[in-house]
Amino acid sequence: MADEKHESKTITRRDFIKKTGYVTGGVVGGGVLGGLLGSEVWNTTTDPEVAPEELQQHDQALQYFKSRADFQVLSSATERIFPADELGPGAIELGVPYYIDHQLAGRWGINDREYRQGPFYKGEPNQGYQTHLKHHEIFDLGIEALEKYSQSTFNERFAELEGKQQDEVLMAFDNDEVDMSVISSSLFFELLRTMTFEGVYADPLYGGNKDMQGWKMKEYPGVQMSYTEEIESEDFVEMDPVSLHKRFNT
Amino acid sequence: MVTKLPKTDVVTVGVGWTGGIIAAECSKAGLEVVGLERGRNRETQDFAMKHDELRYALRYENGQDLSRQTLTFRNNSGQRALPMRKFGSFLLGEGVGGAGTHWNGLTDRYSPYDFEIRSKTIEKYGESKIADGLNLQDWGITYEEIEPYYVKFEKMAGISADETPLRGERSEPFPNPAMKSTPAMDLFIETTKNMGLDPFVMPAANNSQNYQNPDGQRIGACQYNGFCERFGCEYGAKASPNITVIPTAEATGNFELRPNSEVIEVLHDGEKATGVLYIDTRTGERFEQPAEVVALTSYTFNNNRLLLASELGTPYNPETQRGTIGKNYCYQVIVGTDGFFDDQKFNVAMGSGGLAATLDNFNADNFDHTDHDFLHGGSILMGQYAKRPIANNQVPPGTPRWGSDFKKQSIKYFNRSINIYTYGACLPHANNYLDLDPTYKDIHGYPLLRMTFDYSDTDRKRGHFLNEQTKKIMQEMGATHVSDNESMEHYDITEYKATHNTGGVIMGEDPETSAVNSYLQMWEADNVFVVGGSAYPHQSGYNATATLGALAYRASEGIIDYSKDGGSLV
Ligand SMILES: Cc1cc2nc3c(=O)[nH]c(=O)nc-3n(C[C@H](O)[C@H](O)[C@H](O)COP(=O)(O)OP(=O)(O)OC[C@H]3O[C@@H](n4cnc5c(N)ncnc54)[C@H](O)[C@@H]3O)c2cc1C
Ligand code: SF4
Repeated sequence: MADEKHESKTITRRDFIKKTGYVTGGVVGGGVLGGLLGSEVWNTTTDPEVAPEELQQHDQALQYFKSRADFQVLSSATERIFPADELGPGAIELGVPYYIDHQLAGRWGINDREYRQGPFYKGEPNQGYQTHLKHHEIFDLGIEALEKYSQSTFNERFAELEGKQQDEVLMAFDNDEVDMSVISSSLFFELLRTMTFEGVYADPLYGGNKDMQGWKMKEYPGVQMSYTEEIESEDFVEMDPVSLHKRFNT
Repeated sequence: MVTKLPKTDVVTVGVGWTGGIIAAECSKAGLEVVGLERGRNRETQDFAMKHDELRYALRYENGQDLSRQTLTFRNNSGQRALPMRKFGSFLLGEGVGGAGTHWNGLTDRYSPYDFEIRSKTIEKYGESKIADGLNLQDWGITYEEIEPYYVKFEKMAGISADETPLRGERSEPFPNPAMKSTPAMDLFIETTKNMGLDPFVMPAANNSQNYQNPDGQRIGACQYNGFCERFGCEYGAKASPNITVIPTAEATGNFELRPNSEVIEVLHDGEKATGVLYIDTRTGERFEQPAEVVALTSYTFNNNRLLLASELGTPYNPETQRGTIGKNYCYQVIVGTDGFFDDQKFNVAMGSGGLAATLDNFNADNFDHTDHDFLHGGSILMGQYAKRPIANNQVPPGTPRWGSDFKKQSIKYFNRSINIYTYGACLPHANNYLDLDPTYKDIHGYPLLRMTFDYSDTDRKRGHFLNEQTKKIMQEMGATHVSDNESMEHYDITEYKATHNTGGVIMGEDPETSAVNSYLQMWEADNVFVVGGSAYPHQSGYNATATLGALAYRASEGIIDYSKDGGSLV
């Protein structure tokens, strides 16, 4: 319904001035001119459609995982955490496994900007993350453990299990019932769970939330430049979501 | 090798809210000021890609690089303190503007009760009302004395608000009218009015209209487009040091901003500081910056750490309870209630960091504590901060944490749930303090700060009481389901609450029990001013920044006076 209106929200220099009265209104926020208008980031002339399918999918290959088998374990696990259903796609269709792969290959995978000096002690839960292992190493161990636990419990590879059985395996990890020796299985599961939700709802820029379908399910409008007109609305305002890609490239 | 630079009148260690205010006021008065900031410079144009929850809200792109420095934490002195390896409970600022670049903008004055908390408590309830172990102290300044400085901060930042019932008397109205109210806020306001309470729209630094402050700096009108708390403002509509006090200081020609400059020691001769030692974080070069006055404006933690590491002032000893540096570390008691509305949707993605309705009926000594076994209270808020989708997956109690049911419920309730919570007071306990960690070091080999902190019994009781109020209000508002009350058993450094860490270099009237006087001038080194929440003898039931802003204005006056005559200002 309000599509039109919100599609046109991308702010042009002229729109911006007209809308906010910055220039004509006398008081001009220096930050605004220097930032928004000066940087030419938000100017727009056309309203291009989403790029063709094949152009968008070059990022669906592996940066971190080496074997298809490991990636399959990861994929099946994320799908149980956020399954496809009548509301919409699940983790796999949303690209969550690729999101996680890319995160593991990048700064998050090596705990960039986190304190990494030893000595390492176990600590209390409320003292937080204390392992010497980096995120990517925890995922390596976790995937190995998922596979091992499935074999020993069900005599079957994790990716081949029925959904219910996969849930049982994941539940065991969540409840700390799996011995991973150097870390608790719940630490791995918690990271997996968090990363899955990130992949569902982070800007599609990062490889998940394909076509903003995560946002659409939640009726979340993404990157809008102003809600001044709607903020007092008694009714729920529906809008087509907008991502950073569109803001940056239009 | 250390390069010695020419002497300056004033050097600030850090350029966030407090450093920015000191720089603006002192440079306006003709003093030469050098601002050393360990992080990068940044301006409004650096926020072009800022609508990114992952990058800014969850990976904390605006925050401190913990690989270089963090702190260690334990609940009590019997435990081994371990480093905070990731952010959780609070988010430390780094870069020009400090946390002031990406704060929410909720702007509170503290209550008149706060500044004389010990005297007023004893007067009304008798000394026995103060639980054993609580180091409750008057601040050495009254509300009437600090009021004019609040006005300065509010005018500089364009604070937007109308009436603020049950708060201290105001000598002047707010510079801008209140922000717009949303249906969820209206529901809170209407419901609590019917309950006999006194709600109002929260004072905010997110300006409700275009504004020019007394220094001539311009602040835009807030667009309510979210990505506010933890994000810079691309409209220049949220008052931050970057668009107010820093350009004011720069315009005088007396201020030199030096980013990428990390101070590692305050140099002193035992009686006075002679300057600071810092490292250019890009070249690794070391510099000595001599100064007539050193202003520590590096947030609560580094204010404490730099004094301890530089052996300036007398460290607090928890055994004897003597000494001052590190004493009375406090945090904030934050509890709340999620309400799930089966039949109502709210525009939760819209909002602003400072957009909230609040009430003070359960704060400070605004209600009689005779029949309660705790002191003080907290403000209660219904915030419209613009929910983001990764972090907000609230589900009714009993829902699993993942899987099919979780997906359904978290999606259903994204636009159907709202939250009421509290900024509760946290009172100082003899067992809660800051000192240097014996084991862990920063990237330069200096010891990390060690936090020993847990909620004391009175904090727990206050937290429980406040949580009962937030729950009751949420039920009255008509929520179909409400969340369970939160645990106050032990402080947990992994869960975000607020970046409101206070104490350690507290103000007061007596050099035996406080580290700085009411100008934030150190008793033990009169050319050192330690500015920030570090000066709070206790944490009140409010957001922390307006008070440290007001104190920074007062400290600036102190520095200007000191530069003329020297000596102690009190
Ligand atoms: C997400 C978030 C939301 C918040 N919301 C609110 C709110 O709504 N209301 C409210 O009242 N408060 C809020 N706050 C708190 C508020 O931001 C702080 O109270 C305020 O910024 C403190 O000012 P400061 O000058 O003491 O510290 P900062 O503004 O953090 O500035 C300190 C500066 O010192 C620098 N520094 C530190 N050590 C050194 C060193 N050794 N050498 C050189 N430089 C150094 C840091 O890099 C930093 O830039 C919020 C904070 C955060 C993080
Ligand atoms: S909500 Fe308002 S103050 Fe916050 S970032 Fe957006 S425009 Fe700026």
